[in-house]
Amino acid sequence: MSGQTVFYILAGAAILSALLCIIQKNPIASVLWLISTMFALAGIYVLLQAQFIAAIQVLVYAGAIMVLFLFVIMLLNLGRDTGDLRGMPVRLAAVLVAGGLLGELVLLARVTPGSMALLRGTAVGAGTPMASFPAGQAGAAAPGAQGVVGAIAEPLFRTYLVPFEITSILLLAAVVGAVVLAKRKL
Amino acid sequence: MTFSLLAALPQVGEMTVATGAARWVWLAVAFPLVGFLVNGALALKRPEAKTAVSVVGTGVLLAAFAVAATVFVQLRGHPPDAPIIVSLWSWIVSTGMDIQFAFQVDQLSVVMLLVVTGVGSLIHIFSVGYMRADAGYARYFAYLNLFVAFMLVLVLGSNLPVLFIGWEGVGLCSYLLISFWYGDKANADAGKKAFLVNRIGDLGVLIAMFLLWWQVRSLEFVTIAARVPGTLPVDGGIIIAITLFLFLGCVGKSAQIPLYTWLPDAMAGPTPVSALIHAATMVTAGVYLVARNSVLFAMAPTTSMVVAGIGALTALFAASIGLRQYDIKKVLAYSTVSQLGYMFLAVGTGAYVAGVFHLVTHAFFKALLFLGSGSVIHAMHHAYHATHSHEDAQDMRNMGGLRKYMPWTFGLMLIATLAIAGVAPLSGFFSKDEILAAAFGRGETHKIWLLFWGMGLAAALMTAYYMMRLMAMTFLGDNRTGAKEREHLHEAPWIMTGPLVVLGLLSLIGGVINLPAFFPAGPHHVLDGWLEPVVAAASRLMPVAMPHGATEWALIGGAVTIAAVGLVLGWKLTLANPIPTAHDAPEDTGFARVLFRKYYVDEIYDALIVRPLVAFSRVVLWKGVDQGLIDGVGANGSAGLARALGWIGSRLQTGQLGFYVVVFLIGAVWLLRTVAQ
Amino acid sequence: MLLGPSLLVSAILFTIGVVGVMLRRNAIVLFMCIELMLNAVNLTFVALSQVLGLGGQVMVFFVMTVAAAEAAVGLAIILAIFRHTRSVDLKNINLLQG
Repeated sequence: MSGQTVFYILAGAAILSALLCIIQKNPIASVLWLISTMFALAGIYVLLQAQFIAAIQVLVYAGAIMVLFLFVIMLLNLGRDTGDLRGMPVRLAAVLVAGGLLGELVLLARVTPGSMALLRGTAVGAGTPMASFPAGQAGAAAPGAQGVVGAIAEPLFRTYLVPFEITSILLLAAVVGAVVLAKRKL
Repeated sequence: MTFSLLAALPQVGEMTVATGAARWVWLAVAFPLVGFLVNGALALKRPEAKTAVSVVGTGVLLAAFAVAATVFVQLRGHPPDAPIIVSLWSWIVSTGMDIQFAFQVDQLSVVMLLVVTGVGSLIHIFSVGYMRADAGYARYFAYLNLFVAFMLVLVLGSNLPVLFIGWEGVGLCSYLLISFWYGDKANADAGKKAFLVNRIGDLGVLIAMFLLWWQVRSLEFVTIAARVPGTLPVDGGIIIAITLFLFLGCVGKSAQIPLYTWLPDAMAGPTPVSALIHAATMVTAGVYLVARNSVLFAMAPTTSMVVAGIGALTALFAASIGLRQYDIKKVLAYSTVSQLGYMFLAVGTGAYVAGVFHLVTHAFFKALLFLGSGSVIHAMHHAYHATHSHEDAQDMRNMGGLRKYMPWTFGLMLIATLAIAGVAPLSGFFSKDEILAAAFGRGETHKIWLLFWGMGLAAALMTAYYMMRLMAMTFLGDNRTGAKEREHLHEAPWIMTGPLVVLGLLSLIGGVINLPAFFPAGPHHVLDGWLEPVVAAASRLMPVAMPHGATEWALIGGAVTIAAVGLVLGWKLTLANPIPTAHDAPEDTGFARVLFRKYYVDEIYDALIVRPLVAFSRVVLWKGVDQGLIDGVGANGSAGLARALGWIGSRLQTGQLGFYVVVFLIGAVWLLRTVAQ
Repeated sequence: MLLGPSLLVSAILFTIGVVGVMLRRNAIVLFMCIELMLNAVNLTFVALSQVLGLGGQVMVFFVMTVAAAEAAVGLAIILAIFRHTRSVDLKNINLLQG
């Protein structure tokens, strides 16, 4: 089974799970289908040479965050069919808006030499063949030398050190905020 | 572009560079202005400091008179060929326009300067006695000083805009002083009336200025006088329009038909104000304006005829109203309107010097008459005040026999009466005779001038009559003031009588400044010679043919006879029957009633102009424009629109998150459209 | 060379998340849809990091952190609202109504 085939299987699973997630009436089922989506995405990450991200996707997202969701749903005892879909006018509007958005995103997702050059910030001459740009090299070359985790630690603790520290403050604030909001009386 | 246009025009008026005292002529304006500031400050902070006010108020006037006299002496020693222009600063500078704040010193402005500061000084001194007891003493002198400053700006301005500052300024001071006792609504209304009626005339001056700038590209008097004869056709539409609009301003300011109605009401102000502003100086500004622009008027014979016609008609009309007035000041007011008519008859005829001559002599004797009447009112007021009577202190029917109590005032006012009636050889005789002779002389060109002459003659008869009637009712016969009040009647203090004596002397001998050739003694035609450089250009355009020889003697004889007849009639008819006091006088009947009610002109104006205007203002402007358009559409409408928009906006705030999301996404999709091509 | 297909999958997942946000009234499901959208964006980052370097993966790391913080605070808010209205249905939550 080639990587391509696996990718398409995982992509199909992710999309299907996502669809099921949003159309389930029961919130608990929704959570479970979302977790399914995240697992499928983790597989795709592996295929895209991002093994570390795949790992924390499973650990943090599917593991921690979604469990928190599940916990709250169960805490509030919302695990019943409530029928919370909106009315027909909104559904129609949603379909229209989503159609437009999808069309635009698909247009944006086209991979062309021009769009890649735009992203890299380098000018590309007309008629440059698509194959000429070193696809995957930047991502693939680094893990070879430093290992998967070391490759991502390098930019994280050098280039992005300050944002990294700021996220710690953000998390601290979030913890304090969550406690303040959730507690009845401090 | 404009500069090349200017260069292409013919010669600009000549002017002489200021030297000597003439350079300091602005001091004549500055002194009263300082007086205004000091007295105004005192009025606000220390109104009880009356001695300081008296010293400052009269001192600045005497200083201004000293400046005027010095300038006069200099000009007399070295008469300039062209006007001396004293430029103080550039006032309005724009493309092709450079209006200087400049004063023009020439023979005409010096005459006006002397009259305004001279008579003004006397009236200020008189006011010290007259207004002493008034609570608004400092305010009064502040206004009076300000008036003199503006009046001097008016007569000294070297161009129309500067003149217009003075023109509007004296109007303002006139308003302030008419409504001086503003506690009484009638006085405040009189002030408003004067202000509003003058606005009509001011509009005329403004339009004339616009036309002049459009046609001549200059507002300087000397330049206008030099350029207009070469650029505009004689008696053409433009020059007639310019002069008629200028004359409209004169009609307003100098109280001619049809805008004279404000002047009799202006007597609501203190009597010295009536003497200074509404007799001697401000109201003569119109005559000065015509004389100053004599070239323009000489180039528009049609306008000149209108000026003379309006003047003659006003002289006759106002004199006839004066015949049946009982208020001593009202008689003098109508007399002033009538005499101003004479002056316009003169300048319309082309006898500009005669007009200015009459202006000067009239300033003497009319100021004397007003101040004399002020003395009388002062005495009457004190008498009634002492006995707490509420009779009218100005009604001549309450007077009579005052000669015994006020001999000086009587004597001096008699001189003025004889002067205004035209009895030889008093001042009024010469000036009035010159005007009538000029009108008669012009009769050779067109018969209508003979009609004007006849009207002037009839007005002279009436003048003699009503003045003698005034004298007889006030000073002769038995006293009607009342037994108790009679003991309190007394002559005014010397600070009031002193200026009267000076004015009496001037009224008596004022004629010397321009004696006619037939007069046996003295230098002849002094004023003619003095003003010759100013009016020469106009006189060449519109020469006046003065009658000579037998005709002249006949005219003089006729005029003097008429004056004598009028005086005798006024005396005899007034005292023929006992005069009832104002309290129990019967209503006038017949034509006398029409005259007493001033031909109902005020009522006619009220019905034709004021009421429709008020109704229009109420219905259209107030209810329609103000309440409907501005309040309704403007204020409430915009508020309503804002509220409606706010209501629509608030309907959008449903609080439903889903709705917000949909709207937000619609916006996001719409924006992404540009990125995703 | 899975860049193009990955971006396409990301677009589809994101749109599904948007549709979910618009269609559902349950606040918690709404949050889950937002997580779905964040995941779609993460996929884009990872896919592009193949081509443009590892900065994209670092960004995913940050997104996860923010998502965790958001989930914690958001769920606490939902908890507080539930205590107040005994419901997490958005039609009952319209305090912003003008």
